[in-house]
Amino acid sequence: MSRARFVLAELATGLRRNVSMTVAVIIVTFVSLTFVAAAALTQMQIGNLKDDWYDKVEVSIFLCPSDSSVPTCADGEVTAAQRDEILAVLNSDSVAPYIDTVYTESKQEAYDALQEQMAGTVWAESVTVDLMQMSFRVKLKDPEQYQVVADAVAGRPGVDSVRDQRQILEPLFVILQRATLLSAGLAAVMIIAAVLLITTTIRLSALSRRRETGIMRLVGASNLFIQLPFMIEGALAATVGSLLALGALYFGVRYLIEDWLANSLQWANLVTTDDVLAIAPWLVLIAIALAAFSSAVALSRYTRV
Amino acid sequence: MIRFQNVSKVYARGARAAVDRVTLDVERGEFLFLVGSSGSGKSTCLRLALREERPTGGKIFVAGRDLSTLRQWKVPHLRRQIGVVFQDFRLLPNKTVFDNVAFALQVLGKPRHHIMTTVPETLDLVGLDGKGKRYPHELSGGEQQRVAIARAFVNRPAILLADEPTGNLDPATSVGIMRLLDRINRTGTTIVMATHDDEIVDQMRKRVVELADGAIVRDQSRGVYGAAR
Repeated sequence: MSRARFVLAELATGLRRNVSMTVAVIIVTFVSLTFVAAAALTQMQIGNLKDDWYDKVEVSIFLCPSDSSVPTCADGEVTAAQRDEILAVLNSDSVAPYIDTVYTESKQEAYDALQEQMAGTVWAESVTVDLMQMSFRVKLKDPEQYQVVADAVAGRPGVDSVRDQRQILEPLFVILQRATLLSAGLAAVMIIAAVLLITTTIRLSALSRRRETGIMRLVGASNLFIQLPFMIEGALAATVGSLLALGALYFGVRYLIEDWLANSLQWANLVTTDDVLAIAPWLVLIAIALAAFSSAVALSRYTRV
Repeated sequence: MIRFQNVSKVYARGARAAVDRVTLDVERGEFLFLVGSSGSGKSTCLRLALREERPTGGKIFVAGRDLSTLRQWKVPHLRRQIGVVFQDFRLLPNKTVFDNVAFALQVLGKPRHHIMTTVPETLDLVGLDGKGKRYPHELSGGEQQRVAIARAFVNRPAILLADEPTGNLDPATSVGIMRLLDRINRTGTTIVMATHDDEIVDQMRKRVVELADGAIVRDQSRGVYGAAR
């Protein structure tokens, strides 16, 4: 009991003596952890979008129609033999493991789909079943493995073209990935600043209480007991910083994304404040780890027995 | 209580040894003066016994512990059995006399009721009863040293190391401090005192060990400061 009271009293003295430095530590951890969390949320957003869309996208292998200028279609419309050969490739040992299902869309089905989509337009009225293309709709186990299928069938006789629907989404993912990278880069720089600042603050605090720590060592206080007030000082400042970061993110997501962006982008599954709460413990943990690491570095030199 | 076996301490490679093959045995309850000119290795010997320094050669035993095999985390336990007093007192200026002495117990996590009884007792022992609420700057040098001794002794250590405790005090005040140390010695506490003060050494007639250039040149029971002077 008296031990705890003593540590708390030492802690209060330390905090009072370095108010400005403590505030600086809080701000730097706040900013750095905001970037860490922003990177994490962007990654979660990418994950959400992939989950939503990747199981809807498929690779379409369009087979030669009666008139096509592509060299592999020089022999005219795809024959039954060519079709079987392409299916055999898709079922071969080197390609089959990547494929979930293959659906054959006949010309009639393609025509029906077009009629439904374009009903009432001049397009729908001018095409005939015969003008449509037959195609294989391949659903992949991992949508990222598009290239395996494309390489296997592209250029084979009877194949007109291979299209990956995922490519339509790709630019969006590239933007989000770069945003993550930027955020993570800024976070890394800010974390270095935070570590240096926490180290300096603790060192300053330890230096200003050299006399006390010197006597503590002489009368045989344990290392932990001498170092604890300094460690708690750093950890406390870092934790406050992480809580501020969480608060900023919570309200940012709440007002910018949930209240505003979600209304205009209803097709997308956006990150929510629940996601912020999900990463909250990790953020606080990172803050405490930062402080622990910094104090270990700072104190190893100044309060050694 | 303290045993040095052929102990050497060389600070920098190639430099002269600060302590040179010292072998010394201090019995429980003994009072020993460590004398010698500045730089003769007195303070280094005290620092070695406290394990503030580690010897470059030889073995040291303090209070039954072999310091060469003592684990780092056990060093605080060793120091709880040793009280230390310095020439410059090293009191905390922003704490009262009582709090300065209590500090030594607080940092060991001693319970409050223990502190409330032991500190006044110790202040009484060193002759500072009634001055517990004063601050160090309000006291004379001799009184400040008494506070420092009270702090060193409040946990009842088996050993008291004193590094020139009378170095900043006038002769009359020094006599008072020596009486106090003698009283503490009679409670069974082993005392090792490094000093320059020839008058005190001559008066006390205790065991004297003289160092010169880090080596023991004289070890005499009931000795005087210097035969050559």
